[in-house]
Amino acid sequence: MGPLMQGVLTILIGVFGCIGYFYASNIVLDRVIFPPRHDDAGRNINRANAVRPWLFLFPALFALTLYLVYPVVGSFIRSMYDRTGDTFIGFQNYQNLAGDPEFRSAVFNNLLWVLVVPAAATFLGLVIAQLTDRLKWGGIAKSLIFMPMAISFVGASLIWKFVYANDASIGMLNAVRLFFGADGPIDPLQVPFWNNFFLMVILVWIQTGFAMVILSAALRGIPEETIEAAILDGANPFQIFFKIQVPQIMGTILVVWTTITILVLKVFDIVYTMTGGNFGTQILPSYMMEYMFRDDGRATAVALVIMVLVLPVMIWNIRQARKEMR
Amino acid sequence: MENIAGHKPALTWVTRICVLVLVILWLVPTVGLFVSSFRDRDDISASPWWQAPFPTEQTSAARISGEPALVDDVYVLTGNLKDGEEGIGKITAFGVSRSDPTGIVAGEETELRGGGTLVVNADGSYEMRTPEEPSDKGQRVYFAAEVPPEFTTDNYERVLYSNGMAQAFINTFTVTIPATVIPILIAAFAAYALAWMQFPGRGLLIAGVVGLLVVPLQLALVPLLRLHNDIGIGQSFVGIWLAHTGFGLPLAIYLLRNYMVGLPKDIIEGAKVDGATDFQIFTRIVLPLSFPALASFAIFQFLWTWNDLLVAKVFLPSDSGSWVMTRKIADDLLGSRGGDWGILATAAFVSIAVPIAVFFLMQRYLVRGLLAGSVK
Repeated sequence: MGPLMQGVLTILIGVFGCIGYFYASNIVLDRVIFPPRHDDAGRNINRANAVRPWLFLFPALFALTLYLVYPVVGSFIRSMYDRTGDTFIGFQNYQNLAGDPEFRSAVFNNLLWVLVVPAAATFLGLVIAQLTDRLKWGGIAKSLIFMPMAISFVGASLIWKFVYANDASIGMLNAVRLFFGADGPIDPLQVPFWNNFFLMVILVWIQTGFAMVILSAALRGIPEETIEAAILDGANPFQIFFKIQVPQIMGTILVVWTTITILVLKVFDIVYTMTGGNFGTQILPSYMMEYMFRDDGRATAVALVIMVLVLPVMIWNIRQARKEMR
Repeated sequence: MENIAGHKPALTWVTRICVLVLVILWLVPTVGLFVSSFRDRDDISASPWWQAPFPTEQTSAARISGEPALVDDVYVLTGNLKDGEEGIGKITAFGVSRSDPTGIVAGEETELRGGGTLVVNADGSYEMRTPEEPSDKGQRVYFAAEVPPEFTTDNYERVLYSNGMAQAFINTFTVTIPATVIPILIAAFAAYALAWMQFPGRGLLIAGVVGLLVVPLQLALVPLLRLHNDIGIGQSFVGIWLAHTGFGLPLAIYLLRNYMVGLPKDIIEGAKVDGATDFQIFTRIVLPLSFPALASFAIFQFLWTWNDLLVAKVFLPSDSGSWVMTRKIADDLLGSRGGDWGILATAAFVSIAVPIAVFFLMQRYLVRGLLAGSVK
């Protein structure tokens, strides 16, 4: 059986299995376990209604626990064992990490990414959102800037591989350098330190559209009166933007910023395809992939480090969500 | 806002130009890839893609020989340089010596070293007049000709038919469709429970889902692969469908719950009063009304699974027959064919064509989903 047929079958099993489960379990609950008959009809209806939410939730909770909660624990335990997975070595993997210069450079580079990418993408997104807001063809412009969101990190990396090519007749960057009188082509991906920034450009290129869409909606949500009042008071467009509009959408800016920050900590594809972590461009997710399948103990230790970095954002998100529910 | 812009036309123009520049900056890399994918491998390294739509000038050589006609004691040899040569446009210049191959403008006459004259016209026709019969070897002529821009679909044929990319394309589809469809139903039921059913621990569960939204995937890889191996799934398509389902659920539940909470209370409570069960309310009322949110999530999940490299690398078998396109490009084409820019560009374009089509067709739902997922 080819994977394609298997896929069709899986969709059928998945969809009908799901519907069948929900339908059957509800019937069993109402007719067999707590039938609304005899003396305790009322009590049985109440009991059935207390159980029902869990019937609805069960498949999702089961999958979430198995695929996201258990792995956190499982990874932590695995990171306590050596490469073979048989010998308990405590925190040795973490100590090895701390002593590995490549890991330290990965942490440093990752911090650079976390500082630069969310800031650049949010700033550009905000500026573009504001600029396109007044234009008739703003919709088309936004749509085109938003488009890279649909492109895979691998595809985007390839697109930029052409831009960065070490050959002035392929790479635009080198063509521009040549135009301004540089001697010969360079390989931007091998320029120490700055190559990190060339890689970040790719992610900024992808994420600016995301920031723009959300911030543009937030800008539209600002009450007109506040802006009109500012105009009457004689504020210039820059003052209106920085002193009236930006403060009012600060919450959204923060959400966009943190969302991109989380993403930055997870994306391994760009570094993996562009440099393979060479030339001093290693970051944590690609460093982890280097050890995946070779030394699972060390790989899971890196994953835990990423988790710890994500944790503050996670807690902040949960707090925000709880605040809204009240 | 109009009045600010109206008062300062200069500022409006600055805005317009800024936006135009930004759009061009954003678009140019993708356009470059697109143009390159239609160019021959040699053309790609010969001239930049931004010059591809314009004709290039190329210098070549030919030999003039044949049966001359004798007119007024002069041997006249006529013909056309373009005969037998394809893809040559207007001839701009020519010459007879190697040291100066394009010294004479097309249409002008030049003296030959052995006596006689030669003229080559822009359309390629030439006329050589010599007092003595020209040797059989013929006269060597150099000429500069415009080569019209050349685009080809050869790369696509090569990528699709002989590079395993077709298989990778099918594999990507095979991974994507079940991984998009299955989480939707599971999440929809859970989202309904979290939105419209009262039970203890509901707030805690919602907070839990929000927390799981940001758990790095990296954490799940090693333990889950071992789990799959232990229960006999191993690295397989079933494994990756399950993995994508699990990883997509938090966002699905979060998006759908946020949307369902906003549905009008009256309809749902009215149905309850009329004696409808939760199951009926869900399937008859809530699910159809939630279509926009379902569509948003479906697009997200589709794009995410289509574009994913990490999960495919870990949960699919490592033989080339089960590679998805991202893996094919990252692990095979970039490595072994690092220099074949035509193949790379084409493969990349094949892999991004579907998501871009989905993006432009369903942008409305995508934007709506993004807003529901973040601004709250």
